[in-house]
Amino acid sequence: MATIKVNELSRDDLFWQIQYDTNRCTFCGKCVAACPFNAIEPKVEKRRKVVSEAPTPTPKINFQTMPVIQQVVNTNNYCRGCGICEKVCPNEAIKPVRNPDNKFAMKIRSTTGNSHTRGGRANLNSGDRALDKIVVGRISQMTDPSLDAQRHTFDLLAPFGRILPPEQLPFDIKDGKLEITGNTPPVRWIYPVIIGDMSIGALSCRMWEALAIATAYLNEQAGMPVRMCSGEGGMPLRLLKSKYLKYSILQIASGHFGWNRIINAMPQMQEDPAGVLIKIGQGAKPGDGGLLMAKKVAKHIQEIRGVPKADLLSPPNHQGLYSIEESVQKMFLSLNSAFKFKVPVAIKVSASATSVSVYNNLLRDPYNIVGGFFLDGIYGGTGAAHEISMDHTGHPIVSKLRDCYLAAIHQGKQGQIPLWSGGGLGMTGNLAADAIKMICLGANGIFTGKLMLQLAGCVGNDNGKCNACNTGLCPVGICTQNQVLTKRLDVDKVAENVVNYFLAFDKEIKKTLAPIGNSSLPVGRSDALVSIDKAISDKLQIQYGC
Amino acid sequence: MCRIGAIKSKKYFHPSKALYLMRSQQKGHDNSGFAMVMQDLGGIFEDYKDLPILSMACTDEGINIADNILSAEGFTRALQWNPETNYAENLIIETMPQYVFLVLQYPKTYRYASQEEKEDLLVNTRLKIRAALEKEAKGYVYSFWPDVLTLKEIGDPKDIGIYFGLWEENNFFTAKVITAQCRQNTNYDIVRYAAHPFFLQGYTALANGENTFFEKNKLLQKSLYKGYVGFESDSQCFLYTLHYLNKILKWPLSYYKHTITPLPYDEIIRRDDKEILLKIKESLAHLEINGPNTIIGGLPDGTIFTCCDSKKLRPVVVGRTDDTVVITSEVSGINEILPERNWEDDIYPHERETVIINNALKVERWQQ
Ligand code: SF4
Ligand code: SF4
Repeated sequence: MATIKVNELSRDDLFWQIQYDTNRCTFCGKCVAACPFNAIEPKVEKRRKVVSEAPTPTPKINFQTMPVIQQVVNTNNYCRGCGICEKVCPNEAIKPVRNPDNKFAMKIRSTTGNSHTRGGRANLNSGDRALDKIVVGRISQMTDPSLDAQRHTFDLLAPFGRILPPEQLPFDIKDGKLEITGNTPPVRWIYPVIIGDMSIGALSCRMWEALAIATAYLNEQAGMPVRMCSGEGGMPLRLLKSKYLKYSILQIASGHFGWNRIINAMPQMQEDPAGVLIKIGQGAKPGDGGLLMAKKVAKHIQEIRGVPKADLLSPPNHQGLYSIEESVQKMFLSLNSAFKFKVPVAIKVSASATSVSVYNNLLRDPYNIVGGFFLDGIYGGTGAAHEISMDHTGHPIVSKLRDCYLAAIHQGKQGQIPLWSGGGLGMTGNLAADAIKMICLGANGIFTGKLMLQLAGCVGNDNGKCNACNTGLCPVGICTQNQVLTKRLDVDKVAENVVNYFLAFDKEIKKTLAPIGNSSLPVGRSDALVSIDKAISDKLQIQYGC
Repeated sequence: MCRIGAIKSKKYFHPSKALYLMRSQQKGHDNSGFAMVMQDLGGIFEDYKDLPILSMACTDEGINIADNILSAEGFTRALQWNPETNYAENLIIETMPQYVFLVLQYPKTYRYASQEEKEDLLVNTRLKIRAALEKEAKGYVYSFWPDVLTLKEIGDPKDIGIYFGLWEENNFFTAKVITAQCRQNTNYDIVRYAAHPFFLQGYTALANGENTFFEKNKLLQKSLYKGYVGFESDSQCFLYTLHYLNKILKWPLSYYKHTITPLPYDEIIRRDDKEILLKIKESLAHLEINGPNTIIGGLPDGTIFTCCDSKKLRPVVVGRTDDTVVITSEVSGINEILPERNWEDDIYPHERETVIINNALKVERWQQ
């Protein structure tokens, strides 16, 4: 009996298996060259072939040495199922096939002693979405007419900045007219979708640039004041000094990466940024700081961030922040004053069982300087995280957003700190559908990141496909600094796709506003929603229908 | 769709005018009720201008409940008027046992009280009576305010008129401002409180249409002032916003329209007063209204006005003579009671306009 080594990682353990057809393969080598993970390699096989060449059967056994493509089986170069090999193969000779019996993550743990890390977002339960069990169900039929989505003028903008209640507005009456007699916190009216904070570094420069181009185009050409958040990692100097800075929200997170440059660039800024977003946490991996693997810290990233080539770990919390009050006083005041109180400063936190307390505290903040509460749910994406964080920690966004809105109502302070929500919105591909529901539940606007990657050509999904964003080897050049791979990304095409998607979003959200007869965003208009799930309708305090 | 109307005159007139005004617009409503607020009263109430009048419809026990609360507060009666009613089998009306209009003296302790303290007392007392009546289902209190009287009933407006003898003109039951409406609130439960016009501290509002931002208006208003209660109708929000802006924030009336139907952002930023308008739009976003609406409002000083939703989805017209101005849903109503007017002077306000009529009957048109 043959001896086998049962404890070693074998092909059967892998999440993805390569299906390869020798008969179709012409050995062009494209797949091997294209696979960024070196998960396939050429090799030679000894083949036994029976041939008969005479007119009568005269079987003869031939042994031949054949070149073939073979899957690599180890814990580094495993197939991610990205399908790039299939894409480049001219003969349909190769493709990855999902292995339902895989034990891969478990094997990683048991062979390396390390946790399983990856990119993407939660792969567990992410298909069972509350938002898909809610419909916009309050259709205007008789007395309040539906609007014409194509021809009616809608006012779709949302506030970003601290909003004072009317009794605190510094108003005086002169000659029967109101006059402003003092300063008020800065508020910007922007499109209700913010392109969410993905840093240069996590993204390739080309991908980041494509988003920045799309943002500028949407503002300058399409008349849509869409803002893009830089992510933690700074911005190119050229952009900081350009007039396009006004479309960017600068993010500061616990690592403060890139802020040296931002601060040095301040004297040369022509425009104020659109805002500052203090990232406390993110939904995909709550409690974890950012993580940029050394392999992604290329020369230009070192420059923008002002760091050496090393794993860049942002601490899980901001040093010196011990309480909500303290965060308000220290961070907000320093950032507000850095921009002379002319730029709204908002906070981004991971949705959590405690979000309501944090929001309540911020609402009570006597300094009125918190300009937005960004709540990020469990289904948000990330460039790199431990799988256990992604799949098993975090909080769904829908009910948490609603809880925060209802908490504000309870204080009579709804709308004073605009609520922005994200984390898996648009994961079905339809962002407008998710947006209108979140807005009716109380959000002023939403933010989206992962969807932008999908528009750029990300081949990953929430069922274990690719999710290799942490490797620095993104096969489509989105989140890698490898120059060969980033070349795969067509910057202009990505920008065009993003712009087109926003144009479509604009049409689609109007198709939801029109039937409920609203020309402005129905923030908190939960009576427009109906859930087909009783538990969801109870939790969110919306109508139930079946 | 319902029809609404307001008559303002230099001379005292009888509520039959309001009935005629509404009758000719009958096809537009379902004849499910009649309600009116009379302000600046003549006739038997003329000598009591400064004293608050309690308007109630209730049971006999309801009167006792109210009496107890009033006397506990220290109010004493100056005049009680119960309208004579004419019951007949064939009348379509859901009557209450008692209709009470009580003119009261302020408590002695309030002799040197400020206007504000008195006003606060009136609201608190009315809310107390309302809560007590509601608890035992003994009736309704509609207003408690000087020089203001409110009557509301469920039924056919024609029959309600007959029941209260309102069709025949007389001199003892008159006012200079009457707002009226002929339909019960049919969107929600039919309850007397839900019938327009709504009244609070000198402010009156009535509307034709539907406020689809009811929920968000309501949730904010509940936290703004103790008198913002009930919410039996989405149109009450118009009154509370009016009261909040003009009475509590003390903003001029011209900002009412900017609050309930703010201009789109793109238009605001082109204006000189953009800073103010943006702050209003931000700060009072939850008081924005939506859906089709025409609103008629009245202020404590007797000013009346009208404005519409931002899409002008409901009609309204203003017609006038030298001594009377009428605001109503359809011109047929004005033709009925002001046939002699010059109809070329009629005003059909547009979606960005507020038409205001002051006590001298001067008509102003404010553009938003
Ligand atoms: S599917 Fe992707 S990772 Fe797998 S072999 Fe093909 S190219 Fe490589
Ligand atoms: S294609 Fe790139 S961005 Fe998409 S999952 Fe793979 S590595 Fe991540």
